[in-house]
Amino acid sequence: MTALTAATLPTSSETTDTVIEVRFEDAWTPVCELAALLPGRGVAALLPDGTQIAVFLDREGRPYAIGNRDPFTGAYVLSRGLLGSTGGVPFVASPLLKQRFELTTGRCLDDADGEENRVPVFPARTGPAAD
Amino acid sequence: MSTTAPHPSTEPSADVPTIVLVGHGMVGHRFLQALADRGLTERTRIVVLCEEPRPAYDRVQLTSYFSGRTPDELSMVEDGFLERHGIELHLGDPAESIDRQARTVTARSGRVVRYDTLVLATGSYPFVPPVPGSDSTGCFVYRTIEDLLAIEEYAKGATSGVVVGGGLLGLEAAGALNGLGVRTHVVEFNDRLMAIQVDSGGGAALRRTIEDMGLLVHTGVAGQEITTGEAGAVDGMVLSDGGRLDTDMVVFSAGVRPRDQLARDCGLDVGERGGVVVDELCRTTDPAIYAIGECAKAVDGMVYGLVAPGYEMAEVAADAIGGAGALSFTGSDTSTKLKLLGVDVASFGDAHGRAEDSLDVVYSDSRAGVYKKLVVGEDGTLLGGVLVGDAEAYGTLRPLVGTVPPVAPESLVLPAGSGGAPALGPSALPDEAVVCSCHNVTKGTIRSAVTEHSCTTVPEVKKCTKAGTGCGSCVKVLGRLVEDELESQGVTVDKGLCGCFGQTRQELYEIVHTLRITSYQRLLDEYGRPEARGGEGCEVCKPTVASVIASLAPAIGADGYVLADGQAALQDTNDHFLANLQRNGSYSVVPRIPGGEITPEKLIVIGEVARDFGLYTKITGGQRIDLFGARVDQLPMIWARLVEAGFESGHAYGKSLRTVKSCVGQTWCRYGVQDSVRMAIDLELRYRGLRAPHKLKSAVSGCQRECAEAQSKDFGVIATAGGWNLYVGGNGGATPRHADLLAQDLSDAELIRLIDRFLMFYIRTADRLERTAAWLDRIEGGLDHVRDVVVHDSLGLCAELEALMAEHVAHYRDEWAATLEDPEKLGRFVSFVNAPGVPDPTVAFVPEREQIKPDLTLLSGPDIPVRTLEGTTAR
Repeated sequence: MTALTAATLPTSSETTDTVIEVRFEDAWTPVCELAALLPGRGVAALLPDGTQIAVFLDREGRPYAIGNRDPFTGAYVLSRGLLGSTGGVPFVASPLLKQRFELTTGRCLDDADGEENRVPVFPARTGPAAD
Repeated sequence: MSTTAPHPSTEPSADVPTIVLVGHGMVGHRFLQALADRGLTERTRIVVLCEEPRPAYDRVQLTSYFSGRTPDELSMVEDGFLERHGIELHLGDPAESIDRQARTVTARSGRVVRYDTLVLATGSYPFVPPVPGSDSTGCFVYRTIEDLLAIEEYAKGATSGVVVGGGLLGLEAAGALNGLGVRTHVVEFNDRLMAIQVDSGGGAALRRTIEDMGLLVHTGVAGQEITTGEAGAVDGMVLSDGGRLDTDMVVFSAGVRPRDQLARDCGLDVGERGGVVVDELCRTTDPAIYAIGECAKAVDGMVYGLVAPGYEMAEVAADAIGGAGALSFTGSDTSTKLKLLGVDVASFGDAHGRAEDSLDVVYSDSRAGVYKKLVVGEDGTLLGGVLVGDAEAYGTLRPLVGTVPPVAPESLVLPAGSGGAPALGPSALPDEAVVCSCHNVTKGTIRSAVTEHSCTTVPEVKKCTKAGTGCGSCVKVLGRLVEDELESQGVTVDKGLCGCFGQTRQELYEIVHTLRITSYQRLLDEYGRPEARGGEGCEVCKPTVASVIASLAPAIGADGYVLADGQAALQDTNDHFLANLQRNGSYSVVPRIPGGEITPEKLIVIGEVARDFGLYTKITGGQRIDLFGARVDQLPMIWARLVEAGFESGHAYGKSLRTVKSCVGQTWCRYGVQDSVRMAIDLELRYRGLRAPHKLKSAVSGCQRECAEAQSKDFGVIATAGGWNLYVGGNGGATPRHADLLAQDLSDAELIRLIDRFLMFYIRTADRLERTAAWLDRIEGGLDHVRDVVVHDSLGLCAELEALMAEHVAHYRDEWAATLEDPEKLGRFVSFVNAPGVPDPTVAFVPEREQIKPDLTLLSGPDIPVRTLEGTTAR
């Protein structure tokens, strides 16, 4: 399980935050370098159990992580959507049919109640590089 | 020539009620529509005798034939209309006599048609003054499409021409001759141009503007004799003041006279100066015979030469024949607004101030060629007016005639921003004001189209009320009325691009261009809606702004590369991965094949790449090959092979030029008249990579057989013996649109220059995701406006548009070649950021017809097992 991430993580000794970590099974798990993300865009990543997640960075440098599967089409593509915000709440628009999902709650902004097509949310944070 | 079998054996029995219409012009056709609207076509046999070889066409727009409108486009007869209503139309077979006793009409062919009701809509004939020599070779009149065809042909061998008549039609004819490259004189007997419509001040403004266009105006003189050379062809005109003009041709356009000979011959009353006398139901002195339009003399003693009164009469006659008799025609408004040689001219109401004690309010700017006069009564009632050079206010002013306008009259003629009261808008009009005078539609009707019929756009209101479908001069007012009405209903008409920007795409384009803004975030933070500033933006405005920056890149100092820093994050996934996302998360790859021409070697490379990567291949509609089923991490490897073989990006993923299709052309085809393949390749290479509001498609056909289907493209080119014809605004898809002819017989250089201008003007002014077809239908003034701007440079923009395109061409580089050279950008092409070597297991395929298709079963549930780095399966 740890072998998954160790291979791709940097070995910098700087104290500034340079990696993104996602909460998985009660532990902060590094998934990628901060530099691997463009603000406003996402990347797909694998959790140790094989779950696909979509990881995003907003223009302030805050990270988010949600499930990568677009519930409307079934395709694992949410990481390739564009980030936006409405009323200060960040969302991603699916690149296939453009439904929007709130990054903080997983609710679908284009559903009547937001619940029917909710996507899973994973807590994310930036952290110092692992040794 | 006829839509039915020959007479008289087919003549139905005498008990079927029969309406015979003589004349199928604009008014005659309107009468047929009015019969159909009232259901009268179901109960009666309807026979139409028409002199001209073609069905009714838009004679008001006749001159637009010279700016590229084809006779078919001028036609007023909707496809299937005659068949649907069982109307028998006999073309080229004019009525020659009427037997009122027997109630029959005899046509030139000998056809005899019995009638219960006869309607004369024979229109007018051009008046040719009795000048010696007026029947010489090289003398023409200006009335029918056939006249125009003859003038066009003769003008090819002419260097100078004289138009007799400086009225409305005369100036149109003069503009047309001038446009055919003939040095044109206008000879007008009155002391000013357009004497009927405008006063001397307006005439003077008009004359200056027209002389600036290179026309030579002679007023206060008449032609006295037309002289001929050896072959009997025109070589000059002697004027009443003794002067002489050398000329190769003469066009008489000095007014029209009612065609009332048929009525005279059968003993109906006609006016002293012509016109079949009718009552307020449009009945002649024989109650079984009606007369409508320009051949009729109405109860007010007028013979109306305008189409709007003719339409009114058509409705009145149809109503009376149907037995309703609820309508009557007692006289009509002769207000006119038109664009003559690009100059706005309008007159309305009592334009000459003939009413007692009337006062003038005049604004005149000779330098700008603007003249405006309002005629008001002592109590401030608006009586009429003349507008030359700027007729913007016409739509508001005309319906106000007879009322006291709510603001001072001078503020109505002063230019905007000159310190006068704010311009009076259509909101000031009363509900009974007629906004569309062609179809007699009131403001109240337009408002109820919005409130009761839920119309929210001008095209919907046009469809619902017919308003704006005649001369089109009221369309702008319509737009504002619709907006006002929606606003008063509490519907906010927000034209903003999205929740982040209150500006339209066009406004953002101007901001980016003028202020050279190359950063999306700066644009959002400085020009976004207050609540959106500092935010993330959204999926609508990001790609839109990215496209605008890419279109303008060289001019504003931005990097034209779509994956450049600062722009990569704005692109839709297709542009971000330079490929087309498909339903299962895989991508398709389309290399450019300019003009659809490809060598066997390159075909083999495409085949090898497809085979080696297991891709599904399909020929596209745009004459190239689409390779489906690539995973994101395979794209760089696929493109490395393609670029090495000399391919470049086909931009199938971009809102940009897709392909320029072509037929094989003159090189091989026995019908071809130009090398369509070479032109298609030239165009495709010139405009490749150009970012636009939506995708752009094009085609080049080597002859009029049109095998490349250029008329269904955003810009399509068809070869002629003399060069190329350029069509624009075509579309296939869900709402097909036949392209409009923009210009004819262009040289290679002229063609390319015109397309440069057209595309850049489109990019500058279109909305997001608005194809050229929708843009042409939406933009104010439509095709004519676009032609004014890109052909006649009416906005003075052409040099800038050409420069922008030159910059685009100079800075083009292949996006895939550039990306392959950039390791950092290539690093983004992975399925998983933390497992670069692991392919996405949900992108898998199953066989079908010897190729592959997506395996959609993998997408049905949320829990898909994924191989980890160690190669074991978790879960």
